[in-house]
Amino acid sequence: MSEHKQRVIAINGNMVTVQFDEQVVQNEVAFVCTGDKELKSEIIRVRGNHAEMQVFEDTRGVKVGDPVKFTSKLLSVALGPGLLSQIYDGLQNPLPELAQKTGYFLQRGHYLRALSYERIWHFTPEAKVGDDVVAGMWLGHVPEGIFKHRIMAPFNLKGNWKLKSIAETGDYTIDHKVATLESASGELLDVTMVQEWPVKMAMRCYEERLRPSEPLVTKCRIVDTFFPVARGGTYCIPGPFGAGKTVLQQVTSRYADVDVVIIAACGERAGEVVETLREFPELEDPRTGKSLMERTIIICNTSSMPVAAREASVYTGITLAEYYRQMGLNVLLLADSTSRWAQALREMSGRLEEIPGEEAFPAYLESLIASFYERAGVVRLYNGQVGSLTVGGTVSPAGGNFEEPVTQATLKVVGAFHGLSRERADSRRFPSVHPLESWSKYPNFVGKSEVDYARSILKKGNEVGQMMTVVGEEGTSIADFTTYIKAEFLDAVYLQQNAFDEVDAATPLERQRYVFALIHDILRTQFKFERRDEVRRFFQELTQLFRDWNPSVWESSEFMKMEQQIRQKVGEQKKA
Amino acid sequence: MRKVYTRVQEISGNVIMVSASGVGFGELAEVKSTFGKSLAQVIRIQNDKVYMQVFAGARGVATNDEVAFLGHAMRMSFSDDLLGRIFNGSGTPRDKGPELEGNWVEINGPSVNPANRIIPRKMVRTGIPMIDIFNTLVESQKIPIFSVAGEPYNELLARIAMQAEVDVIVFGGMGLKYDDYLYFRDTFESEGALTRAVMFVHTAADPVVECLMVPDLALAAAEQFSLQGKNVLVLLTDMTNFSDALKEIAITMEQVPSNRGYPGDLYSQLASRYEKAVDFETAGSITILAVTTMPGDDVTHPVPDNTGYITEGQFYLRGGRIEPFGSLSRLKQTVNGKTRDDHRTIMDTMIQYYAQCRETKEKLAMGFQMSEWDTKLLKYGDLFEKYLMDLSVNTPLEKALDQCWEILAACFDRQEVGIKSSLADKYWPKGEVSLS
Ligand SMILES: Nc1ncnc2c1ncn2[C@@H]1O[C@H](COP(=O)(O)OP(=O)(O)OP(=O)(O)O)[C@@H](O)[C@H]1O
Ligand SMILES: [Mg+2]
Repeated sequence: MSEHKQRVIAINGNMVTVQFDEQVVQNEVAFVCTGDKELKSEIIRVRGNHAEMQVFEDTRGVKVGDPVKFTSKLLSVALGPGLLSQIYDGLQNPLPELAQKTGYFLQRGHYLRALSYERIWHFTPEAKVGDDVVAGMWLGHVPEGIFKHRIMAPFNLKGNWKLKSIAETGDYTIDHKVATLESASGELLDVTMVQEWPVKMAMRCYEERLRPSEPLVTKCRIVDTFFPVARGGTYCIPGPFGAGKTVLQQVTSRYADVDVVIIAACGERAGEVVETLREFPELEDPRTGKSLMERTIIICNTSSMPVAAREASVYTGITLAEYYRQMGLNVLLLADSTSRWAQALREMSGRLEEIPGEEAFPAYLESLIASFYERAGVVRLYNGQVGSLTVGGTVSPAGGNFEEPVTQATLKVVGAFHGLSRERADSRRFPSVHPLESWSKYPNFVGKSEVDYARSILKKGNEVGQMMTVVGEEGTSIADFTTYIKAEFLDAVYLQQNAFDEVDAATPLERQRYVFALIHDILRTQFKFERRDEVRRFFQELTQLFRDWNPSVWESSEFMKMEQQIRQKVGEQKKA
Repeated sequence: MRKVYTRVQEISGNVIMVSASGVGFGELAEVKSTFGKSLAQVIRIQNDKVYMQVFAGARGVATNDEVAFLGHAMRMSFSDDLLGRIFNGSGTPRDKGPELEGNWVEINGPSVNPANRIIPRKMVRTGIPMIDIFNTLVESQKIPIFSVAGEPYNELLARIAMQAEVDVIVFGGMGLKYDDYLYFRDTFESEGALTRAVMFVHTAADPVVECLMVPDLALAAAEQFSLQGKNVLVLLTDMTNFSDALKEIAITMEQVPSNRGYPGDLYSQLASRYEKAVDFETAGSITILAVTTMPGDDVTHPVPDNTGYITEGQFYLRGGRIEPFGSLSRLKQTVNGKTRDDHRTIMDTMIQYYAQCRETKEKLAMGFQMSEWDTKLLKYGDLFEKYLMDLSVNTPLEKALDQCWEILAACFDRQEVGIKSSLADKYWPKGEVSLS
């Protein structure tokens, strides 16, 4: 580390320009020394012997002439056992520990280790001395929560190595040397249980990428049945403020059928993260019976925290996610909201005086968004195991208008679009995913032809509804009116889902298939009605029965009883 | 003695530049011109060029005026002596009281560690049924009143402040009409609230840079009071003026605007203020109630739009009433389960019928026949508007809930209203209802 030769020459908000005389690396981490504080920064542009850096902290008091330390290391995260259930800021500082050190407020210039170097892990070797070793190969494992946390050969390992020695089964701290590798030329490399990886580089230690085809069951009916997401796929949730993006992600983070969930709270309200971090430790993971926190990592860079770290936070999140994918696990990354990250880029681009694109976003916005989502995927590891990383991001478009750069750039690269609608949210039809405008390119997990039929009813019902505002109910034929009411019925009992009811909030795939089959039958049935209010009353009553059915526990006696009533009611109407 | 610079090299808008060394980013300076002294804040440094925004404005600043750097950033003197006082956006007294000294605290300080936050738990009673019943205000909430110019938003703000059960009121006025400033001051005084209030006031006639400081001063004071264990209510009116001041400075600094002239960091700027709202586990709390006027009644205008993405709901003020449909307190469910057992049910039922009443009114306007049910709904709507939507009342929540039952009973049969019988048994009025 070369010290004190380079100094600050300009300060513009959180951008600082440094003059240097030796070499620097693009995106390397540096520290601006101001008073007794060292402020973490990243080089984002080099021109001549001037390096422009974004500072991840408040730059108040920084002066021209303040010394700068370069580290020659790219912005990286620490990877090893102990990541799960942590709450980190965008730069991987553990927030609860920071709270113990600095009290209520976040003080700048405090950086803590992301992982405990005291905690003991029980290591079991998997590889044998003499084995061929390449980057990312599993050498052993330690138990972390319900998983075998694999200890892997360094991801930056080049070429083929041999395992020269490996630790015996035993209790070690993460910095203990658990293996030694030897290269063809006799070079030796010690391996511990912790390694670093630069957050902006995709981790590619796998055999091949596969097509996402397995369902990622979110237990949200409109998503799974109509606009499914596949494991290893990508999706986005754009919507105006208050439309329900965060609630939808919170529900998904609880119930999604995956191994590890990483929540990146990026530039949104602190209060919302607090709900998660206070409630998760108390909530039970239905799959394991353990606390939900044990499968979760929260990356938290809320809106009043330093802006530059917002960008880092989504990358930190996706890097941790890739790490767990390397263990053959199914990982879900939820980012709320990617627009805030884009805005952080815009602020920095403005300070760099780059030529602005649409709405002043930088011209490279699209490619950054694309390469971010491209880090998702299903991969087959060298050992044949398969892991997946699914990415879901919310988008907060200005004015709720999807024709803006971030939404448009995102739509180009994701596999599913869950567009939230202001009208649906205002009329409290939650989740407010728009049933006609949203789409998914992933295979259906609930009967395709049935879903297509239901969709056609929704479409037709919507057309009839619009016509009715002009010609009134009287001017609508009974058949059309019935279609309209059927669409409303489908919306009320299936598309809408109460996020705050314990049972209704999460519908397993099996139940979705079962219930949807029944609803599909009802939609298909040509009931005979004489009058419009007859149609309305029948479906109103049916809706009420379904509303009581939805919160009943799957296959409970209550469930069967309600189902019985529904079938009976439908049967009677069929005969009439 | 501090070094004094006497050569102002550039003046543009409210921003001046001097050539100086050893100056920190964000540091304050004092500019002495023939028109008096003004503070100025460093907003950019490039080698020896130091750019500052002059609080009193650069009008009348001469190229040979004296500029002295003070060696610290913007700060305020905090003590209980703040209570009962009125200041301007530079932090100097607007009333006849003395300047305050000592116990300096930084303004716009660091944010609260999210790990230290707790889930909001206490309701703020305002005595206004449209808020207490339907969109409950919660301690540590940040919520704006969205309205067009001309609506009585300042009256509503003042009324809430007078009726809310809080320990300290911190008022931040930005671009206030002088009359409105006097209105707030006189209301606080005549209601005896000034002794537990502190006011930071920027009027429309004051220099625009001072407008930018008002929320920070107000929130720094609020933060200190809350750390003493006080429950503080911060009133900010009007945040659209604050945003326009940001826009003005950004344009002077030749920043590329993102949306209708507003700077790209409008969201971050607003968020860093609103996020000061907090409930400290072992101390007090800060609740922020702001006014955001919507130019052209357009919610998609950048200021209300960005605000909506930051705050925890919004009250729409329209036609002198809090609009029941667009308005939303996102935190209400954290408290309304613990008030009275009928609160949630009443909230849902009343709104449902009011929505039906609106539909009926539309049908009526289109000339459709009214059924018996429609007639009931119309009566219901009238009572709802008369008893619940009035903003000039001070009705305790329990009494307001009772009124709701009376309104229901006055319009519908018990069987018609799909309310759980356990609740109806308890609360459905027995005998004749006399709406009071
Ligand atoms: N599934 C749901 N069920 C019931 N209510 C919901 C649901 N989703 C959202 N809401 C209601 O809408 C409010 C806003 O939802 P949410 O916070 O998710 O919006 P958002 O789209 O994330 O908004 P922002 O962009 O401002 O963050 C919630 O506080 C809640 O009252
Ligand atoms: Mg949200």
